[in-house]
Amino acid sequence: MKLRIRFGKHGVVKFIGHLDMMRYFQKAFRRAGFDMAYSKGFHPHQLITFASPLGVGLESSGEYMDIEVVSAGDLDEMKAALAAQMAEGVEILSIHALDENAGNAMSLVAGADYKIAFREDMMPMPVSDLKAAMADFMARPEIQVLKKTKKSERIVDIRPLIYDLSVTDQGEILMQVSAGSAANLKPELVLETFCRLNDLPADPYAWLISRLDMYTDLGKDGERRLVSLEKC
Amino acid sequence: MRKLALSDKILLQVEKPTRYLGNEINAVYKDPDRYPVRFAMAFPDVYEIGMSYLGIQIIYDMLNRREDVCCERVYSPWMDLDRIMHKENIPLFTLESQRPVRECDFLGITLQYEMCYTNVLQLLDLSGIPMLAADRKDGDPIVIGGGPCVYNPEPLADFFDIFYIGEGETVYDKLMDAYKAHKAAGGSREAFLLKAAQIPGLYVPAFYDVTYHEDGTIASFKPNRPDVPERIEKQVVQDLATVSYPEKPLVPFIKVTQDRVVLEIQRGCIRGCRFCQAGMVYRPNRERDLDYLKAHAMAGLNATGHDEISLSSLSSSDYSRLEELTEFLLETCQARQVNISLPSLRIDAFSLDVMSKVQDVRKSSLTFAPEAGTQRMRNVINKGLTEEDILGGAAQAFAGGWNRVKLYFMLGLPTETEEDVKGIAHLADQIARVFYSIPKSERPGNGRVDIVASTSFFVPKPFTPFQWTRQCTSEEFTARQKVLSREMKDMINHKSLRYNWHEFDLTRLEGIFARGDRRLGPVLLEAYRLGCIYDAWSEYFRYDLWLQAFENCGVDGDFFVHRERDLDEILPWDFIDAGVTKDFLKREYARAKEGLVTPNCRQGCSGCGCRKYDGGVCYEA
Ligand code: SF4
Ligand code: SF4
Repeated sequence: MKLRIRFGKHGVVKFIGHLDMMRYFQKAFRRAGFDMAYSKGFHPHQLITFASPLGVGLESSGEYMDIEVVSAGDLDEMKAALAAQMAEGVEILSIHALDENAGNAMSLVAGADYKIAFREDMMPMPVSDLKAAMADFMARPEIQVLKKTKKSERIVDIRPLIYDLSVTDQGEILMQVSAGSAANLKPELVLETFCRLNDLPADPYAWLISRLDMYTDLGKDGERRLVSLEKC
Repeated sequence: MRKLALSDKILLQVEKPTRYLGNEINAVYKDPDRYPVRFAMAFPDVYEIGMSYLGIQIIYDMLNRREDVCCERVYSPWMDLDRIMHKENIPLFTLESQRPVRECDFLGITLQYEMCYTNVLQLLDLSGIPMLAADRKDGDPIVIGGGPCVYNPEPLADFFDIFYIGEGETVYDKLMDAYKAHKAAGGSREAFLLKAAQIPGLYVPAFYDVTYHEDGTIASFKPNRPDVPERIEKQVVQDLATVSYPEKPLVPFIKVTQDRVVLEIQRGCIRGCRFCQAGMVYRPNRERDLDYLKAHAMAGLNATGHDEISLSSLSSSDYSRLEELTEFLLETCQARQVNISLPSLRIDAFSLDVMSKVQDVRKSSLTFAPEAGTQRMRNVINKGLTEEDILGGAAQAFAGGWNRVKLYFMLGLPTETEEDVKGIAHLADQIARVFYSIPKSERPGNGRVDIVASTSFFVPKPFTPFQWTRQCTSEEFTARQKVLSREMKDMINHKSLRYNWHEFDLTRLEGIFARGDRRLGPVLLEAYRLGCIYDAWSEYFRYDLWLQAFENCGVDGDFFVHRERDLDEILPWDFIDAGVTKDFLKREYARAKEGLVTPNCRQGCSGCGCRKYDGGVCYEA
């Protein structure tokens, strides 16, 4: 039986990397008494898939993982049992059952919401200017960036990958971008590019990034319809 | 949310920020302001190493069970953070409350190996605690050292207020009570140290004076005041069932060396190999009760969620209920998908059977630690393993599917001859011959055997029968290692043999600090000033700076390490009563020279002196 768990990551745990979070959850499931399913072999491991790794330093209220259990009890009770095993800063937000033939979280991801706040005294410009500059940025027909991989360098247009972008009255940036295996756009790249095009120094330290949610695309015929991974 | 001592900026810059966050599962969070006694428990090496020591967890758990003590942990900041902390003047902090170590009443430092001593100075330095005990004032933490290295604490005497000699569970409670009373009543640091010095097992170096003969040997070692004991008696837990054992071990986020539940099955060892300090100072051997271990294994797994459990002790094969214990673990662990990580066991039918059940035979190795290449040499060191044991064990293992063998030896043992050195290669070759005597079609794996022999260099340690022996020089070690390398290449099966050896400069320093005295304090301080740190890490070990430090201080390291001591010489650690008597050690040294084997504690008591502790193997029927 497959379950999908949504969790949040705030505060000190934002420094804990993806692999360590995986190990952390494996142990938490054991402590919580989950009847986990295991792979075969001399070193059996739990069947867990994370939707998408979260970079060190980022916070989130929309992380997902799919797990496979041999048996499950009442989901609310399981949620409470798991929540009781969390370290400060990791929050279990929901657990829901998946169809046996549902795709796993990793293959489903198609989009993500991010919120970026600036650290104190590190706003590059007043809020109203930022709003205007972001509007100009989004109005560009193309936004070209140089993508370097180990083998090649190529120019890609990231504009189509930015689905939405706005600035709140508090000066926080909200963005919805493409995510997942097909085309993953990191919020840092959007911000760097914005800075470059506006002749601003790009200091990643200034950005407090949190992922808000992750989505799958249920649209048809090239039309996009993003649905939260919590709802599918 | 807890506030961290380090800014985001720093944490995003260092290699593994998780080392400095705390927040592990089962860590104990207390509000330090609400506890009369604050204890910082430090390990002078990086987090991943320090988190793996059971001893710290035992004391951490024990102290935090008290309602009047708040115990928190500290590890050495790695070099990247070390530089930042120095540059930005950030004081060293405890992981739990993230507050400065300097605010604590005690800084306890565990001393597991000599090559961590510069890191001890780093901890003091970064904490802003005067490095020399003599410079500390009433408000400074009391710095207390424990662990195996305190069986010769003298090289560190300048830096510690107190050393705790023996097993931690016994007198920490008394020390905490004494401190609480002292704090309530008020009084000087010295007045408290005097009270501490009167608690058995606690050594306050400032209350003792040493004088030297012209030739550099010790002329006298005496208390400098009437109210402290002449000798410090090691503290031993008589009944292991009566002391606390962590029920909820800490679970770190990052992978540490021991990423598993560790079950301590016994303390001490019955064997008495003559080079082995642990085998001598942890006497008498005391076993834990089987039911107790079963219960703790389950409790530990439930409380941590670890997917592996390991057994820990010296010479685990000697634990008398090992078969029952492993049977229990095999049953319960495999049902829960928990791996069992076996300690190195004597190779026989039983251990091979267990090993084949818990590991992939094709990928795992057999391990033998004969320590010496010839029977003569093994008799000298009292290592009871015979060539028949090894060859017989290997034959059984090859039949069971193994084809990798690891062998551990020492070079530079007392009385060692060229024959003994070459014997290592011969023994390795013998094992290969056993393998190739199997008909080709029946050989396991790819039909070849892979034998790796490793040698470390022998370092004589205090409280062993070899405490008087001279240690080989680096040149002598090199010569022996070359003889062995050549001999390995001359063996018929040389293609199946590999040979690794240890760093010898490090071995020389280790030897100096293992048997050195107070005159090494200034050298250590100078080495730290010159930049020595993390000496146990080859990427940071700077032998050139160490040599410089000896030279700058005008101290001759050779005196401590390459000199055969007279049996009547006053040794720096003679003031410690570690259980084994000097008479016994002398007897054993004499027997070693004659190549006489001494029976183990179960075969017959040799009257080593440890019977006085009223427990353990000395009182078995
Ligand atoms: S068996 Fe020998 S080497 Fe091993 S712990 Fe015992 S005394 Fe030491
Ligand atoms: S007194 Fe005898 S039995 Fe006890 S530890 Fe010493 S040698 Fe072994």
